[in-house]
Amino acid sequence: MEMVCIVCPNGCRLDVERADGQIKVSGNKCKRGEIFAVTELTNPMRSVTSSVATTVAGYPVVSVKTDGEIPKGKIFDLINLLAQITLTQSVPSGTVVARDVFGTGVNVITTTDMEVTNE
Amino acid sequence: MSKHYQIVVVGGGPAGLAAAIKASQSAGVSVLLIEREARLGGILKQCIHDGFGVVRFGEKLSGPEYAERFIKQLAQTGVTVSLFSYVTRMRRGDKGFDITYVCKDGVQNVTCDKIILATGCRERTRNAIFINGDRCAGVYTAGAAQNLVNILGVMPGKRVVILGSGDIGLIMARRLTLEGAKVIGVYEAKPTPSGLTRNIHQCLHDFDIPLHLSSTVTRVFGTNRLESVEISKVDDKMRPIEGTQTTVECDCLVLAVGLIPENELARELGVPLDNRTKGAIVDQNCQTLADGVYACGNALHVNDLVDYVSESGETAGGAAVAESKRKLVPVTLQGKLLYAVPQRLDVNSDLSKVIMYFRASDELSQQRLTVSVGGKTAFTKVYNKLLPPEMERITLDLTGVDLTDGEVTVKLEDK
Repeated sequence: MEMVCIVCPNGCRLDVERADGQIKVSGNKCKRGEIFAVTELTNPMRSVTSSVATTVAGYPVVSVKTDGEIPKGKIFDLINLLAQITLTQSVPSGTVVARDVFGTGVNVITTTDMEVTNE
Repeated sequence: MSKHYQIVVVGGGPAGLAAAIKASQSAGVSVLLIEREARLGGILKQCIHDGFGVVRFGEKLSGPEYAERFIKQLAQTGVTVSLFSYVTRMRRGDKGFDITYVCKDGVQNVTCDKIILATGCRERTRNAIFINGDRCAGVYTAGAAQNLVNILGVMPGKRVVILGSGDIGLIMARRLTLEGAKVIGVYEAKPTPSGLTRNIHQCLHDFDIPLHLSSTVTRVFGTNRLESVEISKVDDKMRPIEGTQTTVECDCLVLAVGLIPENELARELGVPLDNRTKGAIVDQNCQTLADGVYACGNALHVNDLVDYVSESGETAGGAAVAESKRKLVPVTLQGKLLYAVPQRLDVNSDLSKVIMYFRASDELSQQRLTVSVGGKTAFTKVYNKLLPPEMERITLDLTGVDLTDGEVTVKLEDK
């Protein structure tokens, strides 16, 4: 089967073959392409970027990201989890707003420095 | 008396930040950075997705994180930053340039030796692409929709049609889907998608959002709020085909149909523009044809990676602190090139590291790019594949090459 690697902007077209429980990958320009193809077939993972609400003046929302990858099937669960969060004070970029989501060991951290006035 | 700065940078996005930081690194140089918004960072503030900085930092940062690295660095310099400030007039005066800007303290007048324009781009609007129909609410540019969702926390609609398959359109399709909107489809007038293949996959395929090629929005309907749009198939010249119209119900149309460099200030200063890039014509130091006026970043030409925006800001900032007596030679383009920057070379300044950006005019394979001076080859490179959406960058070493009366040519041809 054909697959497009999403690890970097190169977007290598991968040829993936499954035979006797083995996964054979070709078309990748680097090692990461092979790792991507195997996880994509077994347990696809994604980084997620989104935002959470705040009550801080000038910041109706603040941007956040996962500090690692979570299973692709958990993306909307994560979005629902983030919808429950409201920050009540300004925090610097990199502050954890949700720890170890779904037992993955991945945290959600802020990516905007709210200590800068925004009004 | 007006305050005098050696350098005034207009625009606090990635290009302006890099230019101001670089200029301030020369001892004793006074720099004023003028930004119209509340915070520095430009469009990066609302680009909360990741993938920025892969070239420069070797990591995938979100837009705000990429900007923050430069904002922190700027804070360590002596650069004066003026926020909420909008330049209303620029002209040559007795002491270089006279600049008028409006800020919270009122109207300010300053003078400066050099100007660096880092004013970025504007988005093309509904009027720019001639979509007829009702004048109802619910039609947004992608950047406006992105600002609503990512900065103001407001959703622009519930049932969304996106026109344009460039990276901004694809990223907004994913973002709006994550926030609960139904993205009915992404429509693209060209026969091939404009964005990166990985974005087609991680933004559309991951969320089962259909992509319709060779299709465009030809009309919008709605009394107060948008109610539906008319979609037409287009021919190979991107003209709508009569009889192919269908109606799609939606309350929101997001237009991701391209960027145009913002050059009102450049025009006021009499800076000649390049018809191909829609930005200023510059030499390898990002100096425009108007002496003392520099242009960098997306105001110069639309970049695909922010890393190169920062790079051109640094080029402008580094060059603007030096005095120069220029002797310019034109760069001529041959073959299927959409554009190349710089369009001039200054033979009196450093030619050992000339950075040139270019784009091919068509999707091409097996191409050879040749830079020649007076018929002699100075640089050549073979490309397996070139795509118009992907900008290419080369570094030329032209030291020792006699540029004085030889024509400089950049040529793209079949290998």
